[in-house]
Amino acid sequence: MQAFARLLDSLSFQPARNAKLRLIETYLRETPDPDRGWALAALTGGLDFSSAKPALLRGFGQEKIGAELFALSYDYVGDLAETLALIWETDPAAGPPPTLGEVVETLQRATRTQTPAILKRWLDALDSTGRWALLKLLTGALRVGVSARLAKQAVANIGEQPVDAVEEVWHGLDAPYRPLFDWLLNGAPRPQSNAGAAFLPAMLANPIDRAELDALDPAHFRAEWKWDGIRVQVAASGGLKRLYSRAGEDVSGAFPDIIEAIDFEGVFDGELLVRRETAVAPFNDLQQRLNRKTVTAKMLKEHPAHVRLYDVLWLEGEDLRGLGFDERRARLEAWIAQKERPRFDLSPLVSFADWAELAAKREEMRADGIEGLMLKRGDSFYVAGRPKGPWFKWKRDPMLADCVMMYAQRGHGKRSSFYSDFTFGCWRDGAEGRELAPVGKAYFGFTDEELRWLDKWVRDHTTNRYGPVREVEQKLVLEIAFDGIARSTRHKSGVAMRFPRINRIRTDKPAAEADTVDNLLRLLS
Amino acid sequence: MAISTATETLNPRTWLYPTPRGLYCEPGDFYIDPAFAVPRAVITHGHGDHARPGHRKALATPETLAIMRTRFQDMPDTEQQALKYGESVKIGEVEVGFAPAGHILGSAQAVLAYKGQRIVVSGDYKRRPDPTCPPFEPVPCDVFITEATFALPVFHHPSDAGEIGKLLRSVATFPERTHLVGVYALGKCQRVIRLLREAGYDKRIWLHGGLMSLCRLYQEHGVDLGDVAPVSEAILETFKGAIVLCPPSAIADRWSRRFAEPIAAVCSGWMNVRARARQRGAELPLIISDHADWPELTQTLKDVGAPKVWVTHGREEALVHYARGIGIDAEALHLAGREEEDS
Ligand SMILES: [Zn+2]
Ligand SMILES: [Zn+2]
Repeated sequence: MQAFARLLDSLSFQPARNAKLRLIETYLRETPDPDRGWALAALTGGLDFSSAKPALLRGFGQEKIGAELFALSYDYVGDLAETLALIWETDPAAGPPPTLGEVVETLQRATRTQTPAILKRWLDALDSTGRWALLKLLTGALRVGVSARLAKQAVANIGEQPVDAVEEVWHGLDAPYRPLFDWLLNGAPRPQSNAGAAFLPAMLANPIDRAELDALDPAHFRAEWKWDGIRVQVAASGGLKRLYSRAGEDVSGAFPDIIEAIDFEGVFDGELLVRRETAVAPFNDLQQRLNRKTVTAKMLKEHPAHVRLYDVLWLEGEDLRGLGFDERRARLEAWIAQKERPRFDLSPLVSFADWAELAAKREEMRADGIEGLMLKRGDSFYVAGRPKGPWFKWKRDPMLADCVMMYAQRGHGKRSSFYSDFTFGCWRDGAEGRELAPVGKAYFGFTDEELRWLDKWVRDHTTNRYGPVREVEQKLVLEIAFDGIARSTRHKSGVAMRFPRINRIRTDKPAAEADTVDNLLRLLS
Repeated sequence: MAISTATETLNPRTWLYPTPRGLYCEPGDFYIDPAFAVPRAVITHGHGDHARPGHRKALATPETLAIMRTRFQDMPDTEQQALKYGESVKIGEVEVGFAPAGHILGSAQAVLAYKGQRIVVSGDYKRRPDPTCPPFEPVPCDVFITEATFALPVFHHPSDAGEIGKLLRSVATFPERTHLVGVYALGKCQRVIRLLREAGYDKRIWLHGGLMSLCRLYQEHGVDLGDVAPVSEAILETFKGAIVLCPPSAIADRWSRRFAEPIAAVCSGWMNVRARARQRGAELPLIISDHADWPELTQTLKDVGAPKVWVTHGREEALVHYARGIGIDAEALHLAGREEEDS
């Protein structure tokens, strides 16, 4: 438990991805089974204890130091689990601290009435970091900035395997994952993959532009619309039905309407959309459905989810990933034609003779819900990752707006000594005359040299500081590129940009000539 | 434990009390750690919120006076009077002595005796061993004035060796990166270097230029810091895997850009609380403090056995509450010029 606590503690302060990976790898290598397996389960969200409620922790704290001192302490720290971990004192007579395995196995057996006494014994034996980690684990609030994917990447790294190899066997395994570590570290055979309702690592496309297309033979490629939804994988096998995000995260819980509609066996690649009648709703509507723990009947009715299929990876017990795109497409079309399924339809192919014709079609297509085109080689196998050559995405040209920098914030990790996150705004008529309203935030799009320039500019033009944020003179015009715009009630200006980035620094343009919020609103289709 | 029977009749607040310029001792006509320049000052230690320039006369330990001369361009206009630990001197009608406070080099508690009554102004202090100064000595007294920087039950500073172990473990995990360790220039810096040496780290330790003069002064006072050198004397490659000490403010400064993917370690008692550590941008928070934590504060109240305690300098409320709970007549004492120092 202490080693796991030290890991969580380090992770919680370390913002950089590579450093997080190194910390997890070191821990997994140095920690014996089953503790490392339980740790992996905790990091991938596979451990769920709700054995300690806030009232219990508060009671413990008040009993220890009295209500008044506990209230002052909690008020200062601001986090209940942390407060209790800090005020509790290690009792040297309590014996050795529990291992993570002991904690997990004990809690799985303990009854609700036994838990408080067990918990006190552990709190006595652990040090303050250990207590913090234990309480975070028990209250189910383990927020240390590690995604399941990152944890799997770390496991893969210690066995020098690609993360997709781990992903493929993952859903067939249970914590504490002994066969996984035996395979990765001790030369045991690879665990059997259970490719039914398991997530199959996705194939991704590289960006391309008009000029680069000329080097490619149009006859080799098929085109599809690139939908402005969320790429998902629908997987069903042996009664298991799942909806995964592109990164392999199980999002079934948020989309019961899709899960209920699955009446087949197979694994499909497609775009998750909100659809009303036949029209695709704007991305914003889909966002309403995401990140929700419970889905209300009203939400299901007003924001019905839909999957537009464009590939099939596995069908009725057969792995199709070794077939070319054209063959998989033929199987997909034949399968769709067998039965009408209101929640699923087929993403059509866009026909074209040459790139000029396709470019014209791309220009004409200004409908909501389309981001551009996907180009896929007819003979491409379905390969995990982002191979160079078989698949491309040809996005619609970005929209541009001239905005004025308003605030800057320091970046993370390598960029922590630079002001690299910029909030910018456009003009509008306010109560006291013309004023800037923030319309977005961008932290990429510039070169290292431009970053140094921007950083210096921020330092030289600061007018106010609020913690890590600096307010700057409203003087510098930034040309912002973005992929779309939507109405937003969360933004003061009423609009929100999609993927904003800094396209150019316009030192040549006076701030007064930057765009207005009204100009942006006109871009709303 | 009271020293005299006079305690009952003489109200200590009549001869030692706060004024806008600082804590004033009337029968001696001097201030203790005043916030502004005064005719006569008694200084407990060299930190900026206690030692200020411009006094006409200053009484302090020889080490504290040396620190003040280093910081304040030799202080030619101040008449300096050195008093060693254990010695005493009469100022006006008051006997003034110094006892070690265990806070930093030269740090002292001011022990004031007047008409058979004894008040100890402890300044800043801690109770755990510090290789750069003698340990705190509890002095029995009638009134004990205590700091309260970390006076909440949440502050339990872990062992120094464990925290230094965290730093060395991180250096081993990330051997290609530079570990930038943010330390306060006076006291914390030299203590961290000594702790690293005691943990067996014998490589060169690099220092931000602003830390050099006080390190030299510590070395002159017999604190062996081993191989230390200013960053300005090095070529870039040397910092891979190196430990570099700097003032906390330098970590996010342009100065830090010369280092290979630096990891920001910050040494301070505040690192005990995660939100505070995050606020300071620490990637590797190290809980190393020159102030007493909650158990040390409460133990000290018991050790000195003073029937009256005045609490200043931090979170007075919790310590006053605790002291009253064990039968001590405690109250908060608000002093001018005490900011939350980097501890
Ligand atoms: Zn101090
Ligand atoms: Zn102080």
